[in-house]
This record gives sequence, C-alpha cells and structure tokens, in this order.
Amino acid sequence: MSQAPRQGEQPPEGRGPADERRGAAALLETYHRLAPVTVPLYALLLALLVGAGVMLIAGANPFEAYGALFAGAFGNPERLVRTLVRSTPYVVAGIAVALAYRAGLFNIGVEGQLLIGGLTGVWVGTMSALAGTPAVLYVPLVLLAGALGGALWAGIPGVLKARTGAHEVIVTIMLNAIALRMVDWVVTSREPKILLDPDASTPRTPDIVPAGQLPDLVPGTAIPVGLLLAVAIAAGAWYLVSRSTLGFQIRTVGTNPSAARYAGMSVPRIIIVSMLISGAVAGIGGIIAVNAGDSAHLTPGLLRNVGFDGIAIALIARGNPLAVIPAALLWGSLLSGAPLMQVQADLSIDLVRVVQASVILFVAGDMIVRTLFRIRPERGAGGSPTPAATGWGAQT
Amino acid sequence: MVEAAPAARRPVVLEARGITKRFPGVVANDGIDFALREGEIHCLLGENGAGKSTLVNVVFGLYEADEGELLVRGEPARFRSSADAIAAGIGMVHQPFQLIPVLTVWENVVLGAELTRGPLLDRAAARERVAELSERYGLAVDPDARTGDLSVGAQQRVELLKALYREADILILDEPTAVLTPQEVDGFFEVVRSLLDRGISIVFITHKLREVLAVADEITVLRGGRVAGAADPATATQASLAGLMVGREVVFGVDKSPASPGEVVLATEGLTVTDERGVAMVRGLDLEVRAGEILGIAGVEGNGQRELVEALTGIRQPLSGRITISGRDMTRATPRRIADAGVGHVPEDRGKDGLVASYPLDDNLVLNGYHRQPFSRRFVMRRGPIREHAERLIADYDVRTPSAAVPAGTLSGGNQQKLVIARELSRDLDLLVVAQPTRGLDVGSIEFIHRQLVAKRDAGVAVLLVSAELDEILNLADRIGVLYRGRFADVVDRTEATRESLGLLMAGARTTEEVA
Repeated sequence: MSQAPRQGEQPPEGRGPADERRGAAALLETYHRLAPVTVPLYALLLALLVGAGVMLIAGANPFEAYGALFAGAFGNPERLVRTLVRSTPYVVAGIAVALAYRAGLFNIGVEGQLLIGGLTGVWVGTMSALAGTPAVLYVPLVLLAGALGGALWAGIPGVLKARTGAHEVIVTIMLNAIALRMVDWVVTSREPKILLDPDASTPRTPDIVPAGQLPDLVPGTAIPVGLLLAVAIAAGAWYLVSRSTLGFQIRTVGTNPSAARYAGMSVPRIIIVSMLISGAVAGIGGIIAVNAGDSAHLTPGLLRNVGFDGIAIALIARGNPLAVIPAALLWGSLLSGAPLMQVQADLSIDLVRVVQASVILFVAGDMIVRTLFRIRPERGAGGSPTPAATGWGAQT
Repeated sequence: MVEAAPAARRPVVLEARGITKRFPGVVANDGIDFALREGEIHCLLGENGAGKSTLVNVVFGLYEADEGELLVRGEPARFRSSADAIAAGIGMVHQPFQLIPVLTVWENVVLGAELTRGPLLDRAAARERVAELSERYGLAVDPDARTGDLSVGAQQRVELLKALYREADILILDEPTAVLTPQEVDGFFEVVRSLLDRGISIVFITHKLREVLAVADEITVLRGGRVAGAADPATATQASLAGLMVGREVVFGVDKSPASPGEVVLATEGLTVTDERGVAMVRGLDLEVRAGEILGIAGVEGNGQRELVEALTGIRQPLSGRITISGRDMTRATPRRIADAGVGHVPEDRGKDGLVASYPLDDNLVLNGYHRQPFSRRFVMRRGPIREHAERLIADYDVRTPSAAVPAGTLSGGNQQKLVIARELSRDLDLLVVAQPTRGLDVGSIEFIHRQLVAKRDAGVAVLLVSAELDEILNLADRIGVLYRGRFADVVDRTEATRESLGLLMAGARTTEEVA
C-alpha cells in the first residue's frame, strides 16, 4: 500500500507555497488534470498508428482503410443505428465490470452473467403461464428476471469471496464455463426439450412474446431502446458510485479495504452487494442483447465475448460508468465498420482486433502514453490503478 | 560551521560543499556544507522535510546535486548512481531494511556482489568472508541463520555487514534506532563505537535528541533545506538542539494538571487475543481506564499492543475474556457499534488503516461518519455539509493543505496524522484509543497532538495511549502499564515511573507483585 517514507522528505509535490506556482503553471496543471480523457485518446491515436503500420506491411493504404472503417460505422443513418445497436451490450457489460472493479473486484464473469440473465429473461418471456400479461407489466418482469439471473450468477463468487476468501477471478472463470455449457444445453437440447424452439432452422429459443419485448419507442425509426436503457443504467451506476453512501462504501472497500474496516464498513457485505449489482446489470445486458435487432431470442453464440470485451471497455473507461459509454461506442463502431473496410481495402476483419488490442495495450500500460506525452503519473498512493496493472488480487 | 570545532582534528573523509538540490516548487537542499571526519560520527539532525534524506541521497548517488560539489578523501567525486558511491567506499543502511527474509544471513550479505568460482557461487568462501567480517567488527550474528527469524537488532547488524562486505568505510545510517528498544539501542551504540574504533566514519541521521547527545562527535542541524547550525555535543542540550531544529523555543513535556479520574469507561477481564497465526498475543489481560485519565501502554512492539487495540476497537475478535465500554458489553461488537458508542480510534498505521490516500481530505474526514446526519440523507451523500465539516476541522486542527479537495496522500506525514486526529477527536467521545500517535512526526506536530490528547483527557474522556516512545508515555500518561508477552509486567503510577524502571519492565523484568 502506501509507503510513506518514514523520515523521508517529500519535496516534489503538495508542499510549499502553492500560490507561487499558480499562473502559468495552472495551464500545465489543467493538462495533467485532463489525463483521464487525454490518456485514452492518445492511446487510440497510437493504436491507429500501430494499425496503420500493420496495414502498410499488408500492402494496404491506411487512409483508405480507416476511411472505409469510418464510413462503415457512421456512413449513413442505417449504419449509424447498426453501430449503436452493436455497441449497446458493450455499454452494459462495461458498466457491470466497472461497478465490481470499483469495489476492488475483478469480475471476469460478466460473460457468464450476461448469458444467465439472457436465459432467465427468455424463460420468463416465453412462459406460457404468463401469456396475456400486459406489456407494461411484462417488460419489467422480463428485465427483473434477467437481473435476478445475472445477480445470482455473480452472487456466487461474491459470497464465496466474502465468506471464504475464494478469489473471484478463479470462481468467475469457472462459472463462465458452466454458464456457457448450461445455456448451450438448455437452448439446443431436443431430448429433453427445454427452451429449444422446435420450429426454428438453427438451434435457438423461441422469441420472447411481443408483450415482453423491449418496445420501439417510436415505431419504425429503429431507435434502439436498449441503448437508452443502457445510458440510463450508466447514469444510475455513476450516481450510485459517486453520490450514494453505498457507493462511498464500495469505493472505500475498493481502494483501501483495511481503512474501510477501521471505519466500520462491513467489507464482506459490500463485496457481496457489489457483485450482486454488477451481475444484475450484466443480466439486464443479456436481455438487451436478446432484444437487439428484429428478433428476441437467445442463441448459444449470441453473447460470445461480449463480457470479455466489457473488461477491456471498463479498463479504457478506468472504471467510470459514464466513460464506459464512449469507450463502448468506440468498441462497437470499430466492429461494425470492419466489414466495409474488409471489402473496400481488402483487409482482414481481424485487423480491427489489432487496433482494439493496441488501444487496450496503451491504456493498460498508461505509463507508455504518459511518458510519450509527458503527462505525470497519478498522485496519491493507491490512486486508481488500472485493473491490468494491478492484476490478480491487488486487494485484500 | 566547522570553525567551532577544535583545531587539531582528524582528516575529513567526506565533504559536501554548497550542495543545492531543487525539486519542482521546492528547494530541498540550499547550499549545504557538511564534513565528516575519519573515525568520527557526525549526526544530521532535522525535522521531516528539513532536507536530511535529500542530502544523503545526493551523497549516496541517488540524486545528482544541481549545484555544489562532493569530495571523498579530498578528491572531487561525481556519483551517477549508488554503484559509484559504493565503489567510492560509501555504504548506506536504509530504513526500513532491505533484506530478503527467506535467505540466510550470508546470502543476504553477498547478494548483488557474489563471490564466484567460474559460473558458480562460491558458497564456502562467501560464507567465510561474512563470518570473518562479523568477527572483526564485533557484529554478532550467525551467518547461517534465516534472516527472517532474526530480531530487529540482529537484522540491523546484517545491514551493516552488507555495507562492510562492500568495503565501505563511510557509513550512512538513516534513522537506525527507530525500530529498536531502549536496551537494543544501547547495544547498537556499542556496535557503532566499535566500528568507529576500526576507522569507519559514520553519518547518523536521526530526530532523537537524546541519542544525538549520547554518540555524536559533531552535530549539524538542518532546517528548511539549509544548515540551521552546528552544535558541540559537549555543550549542547536537548532544548538547544530542538530550538535549532524548529527555529523557535520548544516546550518539552506537556503542561498538564494532575488527572481527576472518574468512572471506569473501559474495562477488560481476562482478555485473550490471537494474531493471524492463532498465537495468543494478549493473554488474559485485565485493564481499566477511567474517565479523565490517560493510561499509557508501554512495551516493545510485538508484545500484544496491536492485537489489544484491534480487539478493543472491534477489528479483531478476542478469543476469550470480556470488554466493557461505559458499562456495556462490547466483547464481540462490530467496529461500527463500538464507534457509535463514543469510541474514537487513531490507528497505528495511518496510511493503511486511518486514511484512504487517494480520497480528498473532506471524504477522509467523514470516513466513519458518512452515514450520519448531516453528511448523508437517506442513501445520498451531501457534499455541502461534508465540505463545511472538512473546512472547520482543517482550521481547528491546523492541517496544512492547499484545500480540502486534494488527495490525503499528498500531505506530509504530520498533516495526515492531524487529519486522522481531527476526525476521531472531533466526535463526541467517552473513550479514545490511540496507537503510536506521533510516529515519524516532526516536533511541531508532536507538540500539537500531545496538547490535543491532554485536552481530551481534561474534558473527561478516558484515553488509552499505546506508544513505543517512552518519552511520549512519560509525558502524557497518568498511569503506565508495561506490556510484556501479552500481559502487564506491571501497572504503575506515572509519578513512580522512571525511564530505567520502565525499560527493565519492557525487557521482561519480574513484576513487582511477584517480587514482593
């Protein structure tokens, strides 16, 4: 933790007459203060440069390729909507990861929690006993079912961590595997038939009944309601973390569990509550993903990698729920623009993954960016290290 | 500053001339002159932030000076790294120690400068060399012992061996006595004298005035990055040295009237507390603290102080026994319930337990009160009252900070501690549990904190003070309990206690009852 030098003089920062340094230094100070914004932007810039390098090696024109990528993501209203729809699950997954991260928990299990949430939501949404329920009740019911499913799946590692100290990374990885196989079985099994739609040509569940689907706000405009829901979740998550007493406890447990305990907070309780909230958000994300597009059913591969990419997005956003939105939009637009790039610049779609990975690399190793652009390191011990920099079990 | 010294002196082996080192916004060293003579011990005295560490880091090659020059045995020296300084015969013992606990003593000593035979480590030769050094300099330590099993005093001797193994004849000792008991300090000074007799020259950094007067051949006092003056150990007094350090007269001891103890506020009966390994560290302890008195707990660290404090404040579950606070059973109460019962707690490790370094001051000041009115309403924190509260406490407790919004981790140690003190003492208290309240702090902060604690006592609060500093206990306590292996070796009235009698009790001398 903090290594206050016993007798060590601490000359560089925070002492002396601050007044003298104001003035011209204020500008520099602003530059440093903007680091949470500038570091990811510079990281993106560097990643695009790395991508351009790879394109040159592959014999393509980077300007042409990036132009196509951009056009593919935002070129016309239809593509823009597709990009937004594509990004939405990433917003929610990123928030789920970010919330747990603020409590010092590395929730690798969002992948599984999305699936379980999607599954319980579809299960409730296709239940024959509920047929005829009006949409005003049914939609919240489906969302609640998804939230509960995700919360259950995240609550298991939460309880195990709080009560036994079992590391959440290990437990959530295992639960991901279980969730993946379980959903696969529930959705594809013919004997016994559980949630398989027998009339469909590919293995999938039946569609959620129309009354249980997320409605179109303005019919025909294809404005993705899921995105609005995701933005609302982001705002709610931000308020929870930054303004509520629960958020204060979550942040304190996340940055200094020892001080949290001394201050009378119940660290085990906060760990469990944080995982429950994180999982509930992921579960709702599963429902949103199920409702994306024209259909409303779950297929085994629907949410592949969304949870894992959520980790990357939360990392870019440095655990800030509001910053998750632009980070997820960046992520989604890279993916949704890639096919056009592939066609026009004759480049593999995987090149986008190179750019994405480079963004993560430069954000995770933010000292690279800070050194290149002369942004000073964060002040104060234990500021908010990036998850990748602290890795396993940085807390406790 | 050297003019004051007698004319016929030994040759200067290390000299700093006009050393200036600037950091952004701060001049840490401003034209410092300093000379160390062969076979002598030169004390560098100063408060936190006076520039002592910066100066020795320049000497040891960790910083490069902006101005000024270094001379080693009269030759100009320019160190680009500590490797250069080591090559020039300078050794430094850091605080905390830089030892690897799982390695043996000789392995730690040779680490980084191994004797080799071909590609292999020459274990026999290395071990022998370490044993020989230990013999020659009178540094008793078993070369084959596992370093982690050694006492703190022995670990310090290993650190000295490391420097001597690298053929250092100039040693820089940074706060070497901070971790030792009074008896170990005496032993350490014997080692130091034997090193001096063998021609080693020593720079000794400390803020303990008593020790300076006990060992120094020369004294240089730094203040605010400059040499505040030199003092002759023969004529200097603690008061004169403290005056030089702080730049004003210092009051030793706190003015306090005799205690007028009231009701028993804190009582334990047969309290037994185990540590993480399940070893009983507090063993059947009975204690009582009354309203309006300070009970000082003295003792060498590791005799159960930490476990006692943690049990009293609800951090650690006692194994058996009873804790009663203001007549209510609090044996297994949560930290929150104990705090709500009017108990303040200044933890031993402020950086780890007392503060969240990345939080601004105002959040730190409501760390354990965020859930109360007016800081929150229902589930929502209220920035306004939190900020006002912070500004009031920052003013009342003299916390030096640019604003309430800066991260607590950027403050100096003294100001961080004032922050914790402010948070705990500003509440409505019946009992105050304070552990090592002034560790590593400067004289000014110590004075302030001591006055605050006495003021709380006078206001009728029961105060339990745990401190490894005997002077602190003697200054503040009304009664003194000496912990030895989880029990009181004795509980004595302050008026009957002396440094010597407490020192003996700390070392495990029999209790008076048993003698009688």
